[in-house]
Amino acid sequence: MGKYIGKSVYRVEDDRFVTGKGKYTDDIVLPGMVYVAFVRSPYAHARILSIDTSQARAAEGVVGVFTGEDECGQYGVPCGWQVNFKNGETMREPKQPLLAVGKVRFVGEPVAVVVAESMAQARDAAELVQVDYEELPAVVDPKAAMEPGAPLVHDEFPDNAAFDWCLGNDRAEVEAALANAHHVTELRYRQNRLAPNAIEPRSYIADYNAVEDKWTLYTATQNPHLIRLLLCAFTLGIPEHKVHVVSYDVGGGFGSKIFHYREEALVTWLSKQVGRPVKWTADRSEAFLMDCHGRDHVVHARMGFDAEGKIVAVLADEYCNMGAYLSTFAPAIPTYLHGTLFQGLYTTPLIHVNVIAPFTHTTPVDALRGAGRPEATYLLERLIETGAREMGMDPVEIRKKNFIPPFDGVETPGYQTQVALQYDSGNYEGALNKLLSIVDYEEFRAQQEAARKEGRYLGIGFSTYIEACGIAPSAVVGALGARAGLYEVGHVRVQPTGKVSVYTGSHSHGQGHETTFAQIVADMLGISIDDVEVVHGDTEKVAFGMGTYGSRSLAVGGSAIVKSVEKILEKGARIAAHKLECAVEDLEYSEGKWTVKGTDRSVSFGEVALTAYVPHVYPQGEEPGLDFSSFYDPVNFTYPFGAHAAIVEVDVETGKVQILRYVAVDDVGNVINPMIVDGQVHGGVVHGIGQALLEEVVYDSDGQLLTGSYMDYTMPRADDVPFIETDRTTTPCPHNPLGVKGVGEAGTIASPAAIVNAVVDALWPLGVRDIQMPLTPLRVWQAIQKASNGGSQV
Amino acid sequence: MIPATFEYKRAQTVEEAIQWLGQYGDEAKVLAGGHSLIPSMKLRLSRPAVLIDIGRIEALRGIREEGDVLAIGANTTHAVIASSPLVEAHANVLSQSAGSIGDVQVRNVGTIGGSLAHADPAADYPAAILASEAVIVVQGPQGKREVRAEDFFVGMFTTALEEQEIIVEVRVPKGSNGVYLKFKQPASRFALVGVAAVKRGGGVNVGITGASDTPYRAKAVEQAYPQEGVEAAKYAAEGVEMLEDHFATAEYRAHLARVLTRRALEAL
Ligand SMILES: Cc1cc2nc3c(=O)[nH]c(=O)nc-3n(C[C@H](O)[C@H](O)[C@H](O)COP(=O)(O)OP(=O)(O)OC[C@H]3O[C@@H](n4cnc5c(N)ncnc54)[C@H](O)[C@@H]3O)c2cc1C
Repeated sequence: MGKYIGKSVYRVEDDRFVTGKGKYTDDIVLPGMVYVAFVRSPYAHARILSIDTSQARAAEGVVGVFTGEDECGQYGVPCGWQVNFKNGETMREPKQPLLAVGKVRFVGEPVAVVVAESMAQARDAAELVQVDYEELPAVVDPKAAMEPGAPLVHDEFPDNAAFDWCLGNDRAEVEAALANAHHVTELRYRQNRLAPNAIEPRSYIADYNAVEDKWTLYTATQNPHLIRLLLCAFTLGIPEHKVHVVSYDVGGGFGSKIFHYREEALVTWLSKQVGRPVKWTADRSEAFLMDCHGRDHVVHARMGFDAEGKIVAVLADEYCNMGAYLSTFAPAIPTYLHGTLFQGLYTTPLIHVNVIAPFTHTTPVDALRGAGRPEATYLLERLIETGAREMGMDPVEIRKKNFIPPFDGVETPGYQTQVALQYDSGNYEGALNKLLSIVDYEEFRAQQEAARKEGRYLGIGFSTYIEACGIAPSAVVGALGARAGLYEVGHVRVQPTGKVSVYTGSHSHGQGHETTFAQIVADMLGISIDDVEVVHGDTEKVAFGMGTYGSRSLAVGGSAIVKSVEKILEKGARIAAHKLECAVEDLEYSEGKWTVKGTDRSVSFGEVALTAYVPHVYPQGEEPGLDFSSFYDPVNFTYPFGAHAAIVEVDVETGKVQILRYVAVDDVGNVINPMIVDGQVHGGVVHGIGQALLEEVVYDSDGQLLTGSYMDYTMPRADDVPFIETDRTTTPCPHNPLGVKGVGEAGTIASPAAIVNAVVDALWPLGVRDIQMPLTPLRVWQAIQKASNGGSQV
Repeated sequence: MIPATFEYKRAQTVEEAIQWLGQYGDEAKVLAGGHSLIPSMKLRLSRPAVLIDIGRIEALRGIREEGDVLAIGANTTHAVIASSPLVEAHANVLSQSAGSIGDVQVRNVGTIGGSLAHADPAADYPAAILASEAVIVVQGPQGKREVRAEDFFVGMFTTALEEQEIIVEVRVPKGSNGVYLKFKQPASRFALVGVAAVKRGGGVNVGITGASDTPYRAKAVEQAYPQEGVEAAKYAAEGVEMLEDHFATAEYRAHLARVLTRRALEAL
């Protein structure tokens, strides 16, 4: 289409990142700023008997000490999504106060806050706050939380369920299909709980200006406007125009910086209380305790097959941990972003999923990269490969038997699933075939055979996935319980000199918007990318926006920008036609100029821009200026898909898994910047390697966090990661102007199943059938022990 | 991640450091590379009122050949030990241990004296120190004394060091070439189990770290080795109580001790 789209243009933001010139919230120092330290609960569940702040108040440098007894204890942060019980009962929604009132419900819950002149003084004084607790029994496991007699997280509810929800076909029908199936594969496992681990910890500065009666909130967030909305309308009850939210550079989010947290609201409240700018930046220990975790489902899943290997039914029963309170999007994650994906890539006629979402005495759980969709892919892809092996079929063949045939959403209609969604376009076998041609499957099977004879255990695992992203059509999500619309805003302002400023409500925290969006605008306008700037992360510059998550930036945010550029081109054509004294229909636009068709008479984009602002000779009735804003609300989700394969070797003596090869074939629709897309796939796959092999948040039975630092929580490191081979197929999205689908989460969604399938493939001859993620050496060794001791282990 | 307030004093000589230790008693801690002490102070798990920095005492730095022994100053960093041709030639089991510690940054700053004094049960050096039958030279108000490796490690984070004593030197007998194999704890990358094996006479010395609260000489392996060869590895965990945590059960640690011992003996 032009000079930039489809090219690996270097990221314009990288200059400042790699030279240390990024501007993160914690880099900001305001005159007179004070610092905050929190007193956090050491118990998972306890009654607060008394809090004595007198010593802390008297400590050097202390400006104030506040507890839940103060006014801030009346405020609570809201939940943004309502998922009701299947019997119609309303979701149980406890108050999440800014500081604990009466009780604490997880280790790390903020109990008191100290404001002091320096961060060190705040920390020292926080240690002087004396809290008397009466420790109470705790429950951390979501299934155990539903057993009779389990300690209640919120006394006002009869049990710990936030909701008990289901989706899909009638359960009895699904169960009957399983009962009549030729073969049923069954898995019981836990989706390991993960911590988000953005490299930049959360950081907030609130600056209350008494003269204007207005706050500026600098915040490390993925969605500044959403934070302003939640903070003003729900948490503190401040008029929305009184808060200016700014988030300049943000060092990663992975979901954890979508949410509106208590600390954010508290610093805002505190700034007015103490009349000073107030800063808080989490340290890594606080990040482990307080940043919402992800996953944590206890799963019982079944897949029934007929004799040919065609899937006849899928049934899943899950207990999905909510943690102690409902975080911003928490209820949506294991439901509408999870159960809706159980069709996978297959023609399964009967599907039912039941989700019980219990409160537990743990950190709240919410979206984490992929959010519900990695869990769905894992379930289907583990079931289908296990089923294939159990039936003596090939894992590739069984998938091909079950794939939904290709459809493009234009000539052939979208695919209506059994679980609410309608897929936009797909060619699933195409992606798998491309993967197979790269992997050389036959050759690998021969190698595997030879290696086994030498006592070496190699395995290959596949994962063919689909995700719903490009979140999301407002009417659809509204019907599903969202308390917000999920459109996006794109504002394009052409300056008089023809330079272009693009204001997006989407937000970049590593994704490279400043490059990708500029590529689109530069190509559409036929101008140099250097003449385009992309602005985000400031509620006073950008009119509105819903932010970045769910791989929505390009599909939704990019489309909003396209709409505005189209309006600019339309208006520009009218101005050009006036200048060239011809009809608009006689013009064509390319390479930055309007030309009268079949002639050499033309006027450039720059000239038209100048004319729009210096409208001396101008079409009658036309407004001056060249500046348009658009809201884009997608008509559907987008559905990227693909096929990944992992090849592993297992040291059966120690249980250590090594990934020898990782191949990813993704179809994310049209690609604007292949380098950025590859980068997102790499990052996503590494994240999935983390879940599959390394990462797990572990609590002991008292609710103490055992993995509160990198000494105990395993992050992927360079030597855990193989060279990642990427390739693509392209099936454009039929319903957005760019034909794009999104790529931020694909790698994370696909990879855990591929890796676990590969390890199980390697160890199948030893009798290993399943291993609980993460596949630490211990777990792999134990699985081998158990299997070679005779038991098949499920 | 901000330590409690402390006073910082830089010692010019060992004697000065010892004198200050006497003066401040329990309140004081010696600071070497700071790569164990500072992290625990930042978490406020350790809160000494006074830090006595011995890191700049030149006399504690460097590796010398003294007859049949390599004398390694307490302040010698892991990186220097890992890359020393002398250590490589005469005690490569120690080179391998040093090279397996942490990452480059840690190796460039952390010291052998600090590691041994800290006595983290998952530290790497102890296996090699035990297998090579090194001697730890410590100095206190009464002067210097020598402690055999086997007597030095007393328990989890505890050593034979008396109050006011400082490690000044580690003396490693030449002829300590062998193998150090480390199975890393996945998160911290310390030793989940580490095994050092060194040939001595017709037999072997085997030192094991990470497996139990105190690193140990696998005496049962050493005794059986002359008859049973590498099969003797099966005694590697005998009579030793193994540690347990979410990365390893006691059973798994014992298994790893046996597997690594066998692999080390095979590689000797
Ligand atoms: C990220 C990271 C990774 C690491 N990975 C590993 C690893 O894989 N394997 C491993 O073995 N270690 C590892 N370590 C620990 C590292 O080896 C430390 O350097 C070492 O344990 C302590 O040495 P130091 O010189 O830093 O001592 P310091 O931290 O200064 O002191 C440690 C303790 O010893 C005392 N002390 C110091 N010197 C003396 C002395 N001469 N006499 C008496 N007492 C003394 C101090 O008072 C203190 O109690 C790691 C550390 C970090 C931060």
